[in-house]
Amino acid sequence: MPANWFPPNVSSYGGQIDWVINLIFYFSAFWFVLFQGALLYFVVRYRRKPGVNAQFIRGESARQISWILVPALLILVCDLGIDAAGARAWEIVKGAIPRAAVTVHVTGSQFVWQFTYPGPDGRFGAGQDLKSDSLHVPVGKVVRLELQSEDVIHDFFVPQLRLKQDLVPGRKIPAWFEATKVGTYEIACSQLCGPSHFNMRGELVVQSEADYSAWLKEQRAAAATPGKPGNS
Amino acid sequence: MEARLTVARVEPAEHAEQGTQPGFLRKYVFSTDHKTIAKQYLAVGLLMSLVGGFTAYLIRAELAWPGRPVAGWGFIAPGAYMALVTMHGTIMVFFVAMPILLGAFGNFLIPLMVGAKDMAFPRLNMISVWILVVASVILIASFFVPGGAASAGWTGYPPLSAVPSYTGGYWGINLWLVALALEFASFLIGGINFLTTAINLRAPGMTLWRMPLFVWLEITASAIFLLSVGPLVAGSVMLLADRLVGTGFYNPARGGDPLLWQHLFWFFGHPEVYVIALPGFGIMQEILPVFSRKPMFGYRTIVYSTIIAGFLSLVVWAHHMFVSGMDPRLATPFSIMTILISIPFAIMVLAMIATLWRGSITFETPMLFVLGALSSFLIGGVTGIFLGSETADIYLHDSYFVVAHFHYTLFPIVFMGGFAGIYYWYPKMFGRMPSEILGRIHFALTFVFFNLVFIPLFLVGFAGGPRRIYYPFGYDFLKPLQPLHVIATYAAVLLLIGQLPFIVNFFVSMVRGSKAAENPWHANTLEWTVASPPPHGNFERIPAVMRGPYDYSMPGMVDDWAAQTTSVQATADWAISELHTETMKE
Amino acid sequence: MEAELELSLRPRTPAHQPVTDSLTEIPTGKLGLWVFLAGEIMIFGGMIACFILLRIAAGGWASDAAHVDWQIGTLNTLVLLTSSLTMILALAAVRADRRSAVKLYLGLTVALGLLFLVVKGYEYAGHFAEGYTPLSGMFWSFYYLMTGLHALHVTGGIVVNFVLLMMAIRGTLWEGGQGRVEFAGLYWHFVDVVWIFLFPLLYLSLKLT
Repeated sequence: MPANWFPPNVSSYGGQIDWVINLIFYFSAFWFVLFQGALLYFVVRYRRKPGVNAQFIRGESARQISWILVPALLILVCDLGIDAAGARAWEIVKGAIPRAAVTVHVTGSQFVWQFTYPGPDGRFGAGQDLKSDSLHVPVGKVVRLELQSEDVIHDFFVPQLRLKQDLVPGRKIPAWFEATKVGTYEIACSQLCGPSHFNMRGELVVQSEADYSAWLKEQRAAAATPGKPGNS
Repeated sequence: MEARLTVARVEPAEHAEQGTQPGFLRKYVFSTDHKTIAKQYLAVGLLMSLVGGFTAYLIRAELAWPGRPVAGWGFIAPGAYMALVTMHGTIMVFFVAMPILLGAFGNFLIPLMVGAKDMAFPRLNMISVWILVVASVILIASFFVPGGAASAGWTGYPPLSAVPSYTGGYWGINLWLVALALEFASFLIGGINFLTTAINLRAPGMTLWRMPLFVWLEITASAIFLLSVGPLVAGSVMLLADRLVGTGFYNPARGGDPLLWQHLFWFFGHPEVYVIALPGFGIMQEILPVFSRKPMFGYRTIVYSTIIAGFLSLVVWAHHMFVSGMDPRLATPFSIMTILISIPFAIMVLAMIATLWRGSITFETPMLFVLGALSSFLIGGVTGIFLGSETADIYLHDSYFVVAHFHYTLFPIVFMGGFAGIYYWYPKMFGRMPSEILGRIHFALTFVFFNLVFIPLFLVGFAGGPRRIYYPFGYDFLKPLQPLHVIATYAAVLLLIGQLPFIVNFFVSMVRGSKAAENPWHANTLEWTVASPPPHGNFERIPAVMRGPYDYSMPGMVDDWAAQTTSVQATADWAISELHTETMKE
Repeated sequence: MEAELELSLRPRTPAHQPVTDSLTEIPTGKLGLWVFLAGEIMIFGGMIACFILLRIAAGGWASDAAHVDWQIGTLNTLVLLTSSLTMILALAAVRADRRSAVKLYLGLTVALGLLFLVVKGYEYAGHFAEGYTPLSGMFWSFYYLMTGLHALHVTGGIVVNFVLLMMAIRGTLWEGGQGRVEFAGLYWHFVDVVWIFLFPLLYLSLKLT
């Protein structure tokens, strides 16, 4: 099963994405085995034998063509099921973003990630923004990301969150997730962004609420110290 | 039975035959004969496949042992790796698949199969192949310019591709764009010939429903190429302008939009993969009946499915852009259309499998490759569903799953299908039989090692492994996947070595192979009614076509095959009445 | 019901001579040209679509567009339309075998095409003098790109028409080349039609916003 190969899911909607992938896998495996089986069987069974002729079958009569059209119709039904399941999950992940407890601006540039937190009043751009090299979030809370790029197209991807979204210069693209488990996870840029694309690694640190608040306080204190970087 | 004779309209001959033998240059280099032009396309494609194969070796060696010097080459820098990945894709799609499947097979077969003396516009045909040669030279030259070859991926997304400082190279992408533009022009011109010849130059009696399926698929491919490449030609000019002149078509700071390129590229890029896949299917559909000795199952259904697939291919492009930042509401409609495309292809695959049913199958090399292609394509086809679902794509986009998927569709159809075609029509093209033994060895090595390369890569993709990563060890979550890359690389090396029997076979058989008869495979289509190789002008008299292309093992026939020029009276009466009702329904 | 057999009784055609009669009613050259035009339509159509999409996204480029002179644009439109007329007249003259009329109308078509290019060049010079280059903004980038590509196609058409004119003057046109006038005409009308789209888009539509 494909999900056996996925890194463990720590995302509130990850299970739904995994479920869609597994559904597709089961449908595909079924049809694949059927078709491959028929292919192998026919190739063995209908090898040339002396004295046995091939049969003149055009496949143009309704009865004969139904052998093709009926499976095709069944495949269509499976396809529609996949469409429905996918559409539902897509709406959750990429549709309207639920109310967020934390909003972070994510800036991608060749070849680093930068994360900007709002000021203590929760607003951006009032001179109190907090910049960080790693993305810290509280567990079990909806986190909203605003993705922007300073140069080329990048992509924010955390396998364990099942979240992937391109960063496009000139746009501010929202994304969201809710992490279900404390831990440190890697952010992998997943859109070719230049020679060091392979090196554009970021860190997502999911912490308990207490730890997260402590981290935030500590960062603001450090930033408030004159001459220290981190203030905007 | 009374036969009504009609005299076809004749236009006056414009230039009388000179009577003198053309010189070497005129006969082999600047030839207007579609068969020579086909061989020129084949030469370009096969030569470029050596380059493309070598880039594959370098890429795989780097991935298995990242950061270490590659045997037989040396250290590969990250920028050079990106150039390798870019050029591998560009070469394989545009300079191997197109030249071989459309340029070579289309040119060689269409006039022969429809019963024409040559293409409709032979001089235009010659121009088209020479444009391709120039394009190929420019592309190869781009390896040697300062800054190296293009390195923004075969997809060339701006701003990475629009601003030279982002990749660190200038001339590479410029030459890449020029080479591509010329390649597009070459195949646009070629397409004019294909479509016009198949529509207008068919021999008397060659109704559309008696055309071999290869011709149907080849002209459908030409038509969708024609309809889809235009916007990308415009977009490429715009990208070149951004680079050379400093315009801002793709620069958001100047009012442009990076996503505009993606729409233009994929509006063409997606139909393009069907442009190269359909001829491969066409080749398979010519070979299957011959080596099963029965008709291709569901001829008309296949034609309708082909046309439907062709049109559908024009409205699915944004499945490459689900997470691109385009309006998320577009995702589900495109996902639905994409998943629908699986239907016509499922129909074609089923029809091919059904052709085997109750057949009398032999396993000469062409048939082996067709069966191998069919078997492998099944994997390619079903994995496409994963990527067609917008939700599954959230996780799988730009991962190794994508790489494995498209290699599992393109390699079987383009390479295995292409090899099938080369072995099958080699006697007709070169007048000699290729070696069966070498052919079967080639097949075994190719089939086994191809699968061994790409199955591991599906697993890398499932584990979240992104593509185009020069040094995977930078990520903890990628480290455990390394053994998969090593397996894939060993298999890739063996796959490349496995092509040696083909190279040897191809050249040695040309001089040492046994002389080929007119119709070594006992096939029905018109190319097998003339000498191997056919003379200049193909047919002494334009043939009169009496039947469809797949009358194999018809009851009452003496042989189990009947050339399309064989009159209907040659078969028993009750078989005629069956034919009547079918061919009369036009 | 008997099968209808069509056998060709035509004489043996020389080896390199393609069979030119067509199974459909359409002359092969014309069919080929239409296929070519289909590809061209997609190129220009793609470019025009990009212009429209980016323009909508940008909310209009009225201030830039104010600097193209709609009167000169109208003049050029009339020039091109007239040249299409003279091309049609040339074709009619070919069909009626009125050879001096053919030369006249082909000559006029060439001249009008050249006039179009001269006017365009005059426009470009004016824009450059005012400081409006392809780098002056998105409207201008598209303006130069689209009219430039169009002008290249006009140039190609002029060359083709000029070659036909020379053939008419030398007399070689009457040896079977008459069909080419129709094909060249089709191409020329296409170039005209593209301009019919570009003119309102670039010269008129932005005036209305």
